[in-house]
Amino acid sequence: MNQHSPLSDARPLLDVQGLSKHFPVPGGTPVRALDDISFSIGRGEVLGLVGESGSGKTTIGRSILRLIEPTAGRITFDGTDLMTLKGRAMRQERRRLQYIFQNPFSSLSPRMTVGQILTEGLDLQKIGTRAERLERARTALSQVELSPDTIDRYAHEFSGGQRQRIGIARALTMAPEFLVADEPVSALDVSVQAQIINLLRDLQLRLGLTMLFITHDLGVVEYICDRVIVLYLGRVMEIADSADLYAAPRHPYTRALLDSIPSADPGADRKRITLSGEIPSPMNPPSGCVFRTRCPHAEARCAQAAPPLEEVAPGHLRACWRPDVAGQPL
Amino acid sequence: MLHMTDMTEARPAPQTASGPSAEPTLRVRGLTTVFRIGRREMPAIENVDLEIAPGETLALVGESGSGKSITSLSVLRLLPGAISRIGGGEVSFRDREGRVRDLVSAGGEEMRRLRGNHIGTVFQEPMSCLNPVHRIGDQIAEPLILHLGLSRRAAFERVVELLAAMGIPDPARRARQYPHELSGGMSQRATIAMALACDPVLLIADEPTTALDVTTQAQILRLLQDLQKTHGMAMLFVTHNFGVVAEIAHRVAVMYAGHVVEQGRVADVFRHPRHPYTRGLMTCVPQPGDALALRRAGQALPTIQGSVPSITDRPPGCPFAPRCALAVDACRAAVPAMEDTGDGHLSRCIRWSEM
Repeated sequence: MNQHSPLSDARPLLDVQGLSKHFPVPGGTPVRALDDISFSIGRGEVLGLVGESGSGKTTIGRSILRLIEPTAGRITFDGTDLMTLKGRAMRQERRRLQYIFQNPFSSLSPRMTVGQILTEGLDLQKIGTRAERLERARTALSQVELSPDTIDRYAHEFSGGQRQRIGIARALTMAPEFLVADEPVSALDVSVQAQIINLLRDLQLRLGLTMLFITHDLGVVEYICDRVIVLYLGRVMEIADSADLYAAPRHPYTRALLDSIPSADPGADRKRITLSGEIPSPMNPPSGCVFRTRCPHAEARCAQAAPPLEEVAPGHLRACWRPDVAGQPL
Repeated sequence: MLHMTDMTEARPAPQTASGPSAEPTLRVRGLTTVFRIGRREMPAIENVDLEIAPGETLALVGESGSGKSITSLSVLRLLPGAISRIGGGEVSFRDREGRVRDLVSAGGEEMRRLRGNHIGTVFQEPMSCLNPVHRIGDQIAEPLILHLGLSRRAAFERVVELLAAMGIPDPARRARQYPHELSGGMSQRATIAMALACDPVLLIADEPTTALDVTTQAQILRLLQDLQKTHGMAMLFVTHNFGVVAEIAHRVAVMYAGHVVEQGRVADVFRHPRHPYTRGLMTCVPQPGDALALRRAGQALPTIQGSVPSITDRPPGCPFAPRCALAVDACRAAVPAMEDTGDGHLSRCIRWSEM
């Protein structure tokens, strides 16, 4: 069954081409956090960004909203080139794109009431009268299933899960079309994570939101994401429908990542595979394919040039030189 | 480059209670630790019973605020005396020489001689366990010099052996480096080397892989399993991750709001959870495949309503009752007793037989 968004063949809502971000290092070579990343997201689609620390997931999310300035690349949102927008025009456009942060403890000001937190964006954008702003805040609170009297309280009075709901409500007051959810459940207790995932899925369907869902946890990806991008050291390894990615990963790194998830089935009689070695430093990435130093299938040509991202099945792309290892377990 | 482990072979059963050295390494009975909050004393953990045999791994699993780390810190006597005290219970520890010691009454000096020597510890953040201004090798050598009386030279040789045994390439060079020069996975390997330097009989590992990436976590879990096989030590493994429990432990104790609510062999608890909290936690973590089926059916992920009560806000009776679909009036009246549901599988639920 194809899990593609119904509109993925139409013009994408967000299109990212050749995105790179290099962080300068005093007296050293720059860190190439992102190198030539291209992807697009259809309207109403949820795209997952998966990878370990240092893979560049958050850098991509923040670059799209220009919370950090990319070194190179073109980001087009609903036909508008976000990279060339300045000042007021960018602020206006940014209403349509909102960000949900990982840590609901550090991303909500302890000195502001929930009402102030929720209306701050509207205030800055000078949207509506004060009464209208408060009304939007109350609506957002009901959308995240918090009671309206939450509005006069402070964030520290709430549990982690409730705080994350406030963070989501803050994004919703701007009536966005596109959300970057950056590890929205990683800081929460296990029993609360599923509540927040259900809420995000529900909001996404009800409000027709398009979402970039950043996570290191492959367990939640399958439930909420239509498609997934697997990143390693700032490069795309594989892009596939989430169902295909689990059933038939085509890149050795994806396979290793899936195999690394501890299975909550103690009787699982499986061959467990652990990658040896560590993620190389992004200041000194390997030549050619960046994964080759940990790849059991690496051969001479992998060190010579980076493999291109190629379509190996409809909608399924991967960057690997070895056609013979496609689709099989390591 | 690959390590393959057949899970069925990777975890031989430890010495059982009927074996010749049936004496457990650690036996905790009725342990209660109270915290002073404002003018009141609140129990952070209540009536905790645990037992770990030599060569056995017991996982202590729970969410934040469950009391799992308070339990391990109480055993280690590392909680600050200004705000907490052990309110009751026994902690018996059988040391390397086979002497049984009571850790609740042990003095500070005695505990200092046990920790880092007979009892090794590994914590969540390797970087905060390592002193940034001392070389890795010197830090690992410290217990060897302090507890075992090795010379600096002999200690350094042992350090290099230990680092090599932890799977650290080029160990002699690494021993001369500072913590900031090591990655997260490498520094966790270094702290494990430090914990094992004196060949402890008990290793207490508190969320040792939580701060690590999944591929590194898999490496560290494998390393701990291998080390346990060669050293035969007992291990108390504290974690919030059920997947990790299934990978590493022989037995598991599930904690919720300061109580052990279920305890038993890993296979029994996972296949037939006898407490609604355990069952709820297991179903709300989507397994690959299950999540996709739910999504295609347009169904929500199973959840546990509400959230974990804080220490100042625990309900009377069964602490899970307010979130439990099976709760009846009797659950709210008193904390249920621990019942044996058969074959040493314990549950603190009055309705376990209906599950």
